[in-house]
Amino acid sequence: MLSFKKLEHFRTQNRYPLLLKMLSPLEKSGAKAKDESGSANSIGAFTALKYHDRLWFGGEFLVQALEQMTLADIAMESGRVAYISAGQRARVLRSFKFRDASFHGLTLAAALAVLILLGGVIVSLFIGALPAIKAFGFGFLVTESWNPVTNRFGAMAPVYGTLITSAIAMLVAVPIGLGIAVFLTELCPPKLRRPLGIAIELLAGIPSIIYGIWGLFVFAPFLQQYVQPTLIGAFGSIPGLSMLFAGPPYGIGILTAGIVLAIMVLPYISSISRDVFEAVPPVLKEAAYGVGCTTSEVVRKVVIPYARAGVVGGVMLALGRALGETMAVTFVIGNAHRISGSLFAPGTTISATIANEFTEAVGDLYTSSLIELGLILFVITFIVLAAARYMLMRIERKAQV
Amino acid sequence: MRGMKIYEARRHRNKIAVVLYYSAAVFGITWLVLILFTLLREGVGGLSLSVFTQNTPPPGSAGGLLNAIVGSLIMTGLGVAFGTPIGLLAGTYLAEYGRGTYLAATVRFINDILLSAPSIIVGLFVYEIMVAPMGHFSGIAGAVALAVIVVPVVVRTTEDMLRLVPGGLREAGTALGMPRVLVISRVAYRAAKAGLITGMLLAVARISGETAPLLFTALNNQFFNANLNEPMPSLSVVIYQFALSPYRDWQKLAWAGALLITFAVLALSIVARLLGSRKVAQ
Repeated sequence: MLSFKKLEHFRTQNRYPLLLKMLSPLEKSGAKAKDESGSANSIGAFTALKYHDRLWFGGEFLVQALEQMTLADIAMESGRVAYISAGQRARVLRSFKFRDASFHGLTLAAALAVLILLGGVIVSLFIGALPAIKAFGFGFLVTESWNPVTNRFGAMAPVYGTLITSAIAMLVAVPIGLGIAVFLTELCPPKLRRPLGIAIELLAGIPSIIYGIWGLFVFAPFLQQYVQPTLIGAFGSIPGLSMLFAGPPYGIGILTAGIVLAIMVLPYISSISRDVFEAVPPVLKEAAYGVGCTTSEVVRKVVIPYARAGVVGGVMLALGRALGETMAVTFVIGNAHRISGSLFAPGTTISATIANEFTEAVGDLYTSSLIELGLILFVITFIVLAAARYMLMRIERKAQV
Repeated sequence: MRGMKIYEARRHRNKIAVVLYYSAAVFGITWLVLILFTLLREGVGGLSLSVFTQNTPPPGSAGGLLNAIVGSLIMTGLGVAFGTPIGLLAGTYLAEYGRGTYLAATVRFINDILLSAPSIIVGLFVYEIMVAPMGHFSGIAGAVALAVIVVPVVVRTTEDMLRLVPGGLREAGTALGMPRVLVISRVAYRAAKAGLITGMLLAVARISGETAPLLFTALNNQFFNANLNEPMPSLSVVIYQFALSPYRDWQKLAWAGALLITFAVLALSIVARLLGSRKVAQ
């Protein structure tokens, strides 16, 4: 921070202060300068100086100084050059130009690296999957068998498992997640609102392996002992439904994986929906309350319709997570390559198959089939995530208007 | 009379809906609290000094997690060291040089996709480009896999934070004849410093619990290893292996490790949040 004393010192010594030093108070005063002058203007430098009270003391001096010199001069000042010639000045300006161009190039390269990263992922997965694609063709997608002994591989069971566990997760997590979001924005006492909101956001950051280990040691035994026998007892004799709840209660299986996934994506859904609910203009809600709407009517007829695109985007993001989630599922899915109508049966998902078998896969075709599974997963999640981003972008644009 | 009836019905429906909202909140939050509670109970039981001083044991005997903790620290540190500069520069491009260009919009979109892409895909990718050509698993491959996850996180936060820096500041610098490189590095970066650090911390929090990308890049190692060219153990992979084992000692260590990871991640996120919120408060 430049003090008045220092400025006086510079003045008496007839030395220009280094601009870079001057800029540190500028940074801090800038926001204020922008507010008070109404808009950012091109003589921002002087505006910023003017509104920074501590600099104002030395303001007159600084304004004078700045009128007489540019950064090029100051740069040479820092190099302790006593006399500034035109040639030296041109050199400094040239070096500025060069540094600017190279930094621009560097950032551009980094931005392109992000694109290359995505391209690299797709290309490398495709190359890795090529032997399997050649061997099985389109049939890979519709073959259920997964047999390393006979080298017959098909993706149907893992794809089915991925889709069905994600569907269960969404069925459970969407209503509850939206309920939490409504609670946080409309019903929660203001004192609790912030801590609860933060707690939910923190939970979204807990590594998925934690959910996995909890699912295996705590949740699966609980389901096996209490929930599954009850469900079998209740629905086992009803035709149609009995098929869903057939088989012995193992604890681990498709249903368990789906519920653990649901608990895992719950924080995502509720924190994103809370954000979009908060973006609903209060005027709309107040108008609805004003004409006598009840809380539930306001939520159903004002808040949710207004925030629909954002909610759908958030749900799709959570779906993307659920589809690609590895560790939380691998622990509790049971890893069986078959398609079963029963929710209690063990199954597998794409990511669980890869996580379980990749390091043990022998033979090119086996490895390559696993990579092709990865490629399929990537394509599915890419589509879901792209759709989610599109939806969220739409609501952002709406909020800006 | 009829009006009253409708009114009563609406009130009833509202009561039911509100009860449902409340129960959703209670239900959801209960599960999450339950998980943390179990973690604390089981994890504290497994924690002891030997966890930090001994290496992972062979089946059926006691030991610690020292090698896994060190491996995790090395790979996380390297992952952040590789990923942050790229992310920072790319984020700078999006917020400064490339603002409003078609390229920037594309990069932003792709980056958002990478941000939530399944991490196991990253593992496969790094396996294909590093492990397969090198012929063996290695700690460095694990670090690269983590770096691939760091990049999109840092790009996103860098761009967001630089956008919060008021344009008047940049104009102030430009009006003084500063070249853009100095406006960015001396003005914008400094003004957004807290936010940039927050982004980095969030990235560390994100990768310190990652398991899937390490499974077939760094693999695992029973022994203490600081050689990046060899398979390297990490806390999360050790948890995975130990939790699925039938040995009681291993399972206990897995819980202890899970507690350590969760604690570290939560601490990092809280620190990041504090830094970030102080920025907003200003």
